[in-house]
Amino acid sequence: MSQLVIKGLQVGVETDSGMTEILRGVDLTINSGEVHAIMGPNGSGKSTLAYSIAGHPKYTITGGSVTLDGVDVLEMSVDERAKAGLFLAMQYPVEVPGVSVANFLRTAATALRGEAPKVRTWVGEVKEAMSKLAMDPAFSERSVNEGFSGGEKKRHEILQMELLKPKIAILDETDSGLDVDALRIVSEGVNRVKQEQNLGIMLITHYTRILRYIKPDFVHVFAGGKIVEEGGPELAERLEEKGYAQYVKA
Amino acid sequence: MSGLPTNYLTPTGREEAWRFTPLKRLNGMHDSATSVIDRISIELVGSVRTGFNIETVSATELPPKSTTEDVIIQRVRATASKVTHLKIDKEAIVSEPIFLKRSAGVEKEFSRTVVTAGAHSKATVVVENEGAGSIGEEIEIRLEAGANLTFISLQEWNENAIHLGRHHAIVGRDANFNSITITVGGSLVRLLPTVEYSDQGGSAELLGLYFATDGQHLEHRVHVEHGIPNGKSRVTYKGILAGAQARTVWIGDVFIRGNAEGTDTYELNKNLLLTDGARADSVPNLEIETGQIVGAGHASTTGRFDDEQLFYLMSRGIPMSEARRLVIRGFFGEIVNKIGIESVEERLMNRIDSQLAKVGGQ
Ligand SMILES: Nc1ncnc2c1ncn2[C@@H]1O[C@H](COP(=O)(O)OP(=O)(O)OP(=O)(O)O)[C@@H](O)[C@H]1O
Ligand SMILES: [Mg+2]
Repeated sequence: MSQLVIKGLQVGVETDSGMTEILRGVDLTINSGEVHAIMGPNGSGKSTLAYSIAGHPKYTITGGSVTLDGVDVLEMSVDERAKAGLFLAMQYPVEVPGVSVANFLRTAATALRGEAPKVRTWVGEVKEAMSKLAMDPAFSERSVNEGFSGGEKKRHEILQMELLKPKIAILDETDSGLDVDALRIVSEGVNRVKQEQNLGIMLITHYTRILRYIKPDFVHVFAGGKIVEEGGPELAERLEEKGYAQYVKA
Repeated sequence: MSGLPTNYLTPTGREEAWRFTPLKRLNGMHDSATSVIDRISIELVGSVRTGFNIETVSATELPPKSTTEDVIIQRVRATASKVTHLKIDKEAIVSEPIFLKRSAGVEKEFSRTVVTAGAHSKATVVVENEGAGSIGEEIEIRLEAGANLTFISLQEWNENAIHLGRHHAIVGRDANFNSITITVGGSLVRLLPTVEYSDQGGSAELLGLYFATDGQHLEHRVHVEHGIPNGKSRVTYKGILAGAQARTVWIGDVFIRGNAEGTDTYELNKNLLLTDGARADSVPNLEIETGQIVGAGHASTTGRFDDEQLFYLMSRGIPMSEARRLVIRGFFGEIVNKIGIESVEERLMNRIDSQLAKVGGQ
């Protein structure tokens, strides 16, 4: 049983004109096995929240705390956060030229498990995970994310999640850019890991269609750098119908 | 050719072609007053196989076909009395690479080599430059119609070597010239990888990689001369610099002459600086004299580690030092993996790794 606790989180970015405040006090607790959907208008700070938890160097924490099972996450380096059990599926996965997917996955698994996975079982593990996500095995030999289509990049993120087995995963618009079939395949992947690992999930999205596959326990409306309303799945339906107008004008 | 005026043969450092080169470190090689011996420094590894032949002929029998403005290469031509001629037979398919090994003697030396790829032949030629020495050399690579030649030049010199070279391809009708130039060793290396076309439909790909650590000056002056219609060229050179005294120069001259309609060209130079103080000069220069072309472009970037790449790798649990190593190896691998000869690829990556380890991977 794991618990990610975000309390009063304030985050800014350094700009030419000084610090720009983006997150203005975010409170959120995610337990193992729970799905928290985060929905909110463009630029409201959803990715900033995701990146800040993962430790992206661009963001400066100006207040609040993030803990995983009581341990301060904000004190950890980026790789330590992953080792602690956090995973971020990025909205825009990064291309790393010249580094093959196979090499990348193996290096990551080695780092997380503390020892290199046995070659034979590992190759099988990767192959199986790829086939479940309907990824061509040829992706193994390609450079990380280089030349991948939008949908392929998202599948590759979930592939990593399946193999690296985190405790808490943040999925930043993993559904964007997926066609109907891919959406189903990716959602099934997420649900599989959730079931096997009792994964806790923060699912950032603009659309309710993914929520039909990955059932949220809680829906949070994010606007102006904080959570402005919380509810159950019905809140998502209402948002899709009415939009965010009532939250942003405030 | 000692009739050429002495001052013309000795660059001062003010010339455009020499302004980046530290002449003091050339061991007098640039000075027309310095005596340089005439010595063949290249030899075939193993024995001659079906499909090609190698011989030494007199320079008068095999004069250069191209012209050069480089004063050192002019001296090389004036000095070399013999020429090594590697000749790939017409229509021969030589499946295993042909290795040529170059090792320098103790004196300063000049030499000439000609590679002729016969019509519709297909072969890979690898020149391995190792050891110490002070060498001026020219390799003229002649591709006859439809020839397909991969030319790989590896500069794995030790830290004292001085290497001044010109590797010039003359690409014939519908011929394909693929070259890979990798420079990881040497105190001072100044190479001129150049290409011209003798007929239409030729294509040239020039890949290059250089890795300079403290005390190394590695200079590559690419020149692609599109003076014939419907030629294609792709130039991709990548460099890494580690150490405050590491120095690289990349020049990318691509000229599309008025009659070279249908030309398709792109050149790219990317430098990764691992240390403050390291200096990478990058000068792409595209000159276009006709509008009737398929495409022409260039790009040049010089920067430090990409934070986004490091963040991405680290967010998967990979520690910083390992993430950097992956990015660096990836950067190199993009070129090295094109060689397609496993033993060579491995040797180069190992050398790069050990050089990186020396500078602390920073
Ligand atoms: N370097 C920066 N300088 C200035 N503003 C920035 C910088 N980086 C991010 N921001 C701003 O922070 C705000 C939040 O961005 P963020 O990417 O977190 O939004 P988001 O909710 O994920 O949006 P979307 O739905 O479009 O993905 C935006 O207004 C963005 O412009
Ligand atoms: Mg976002």
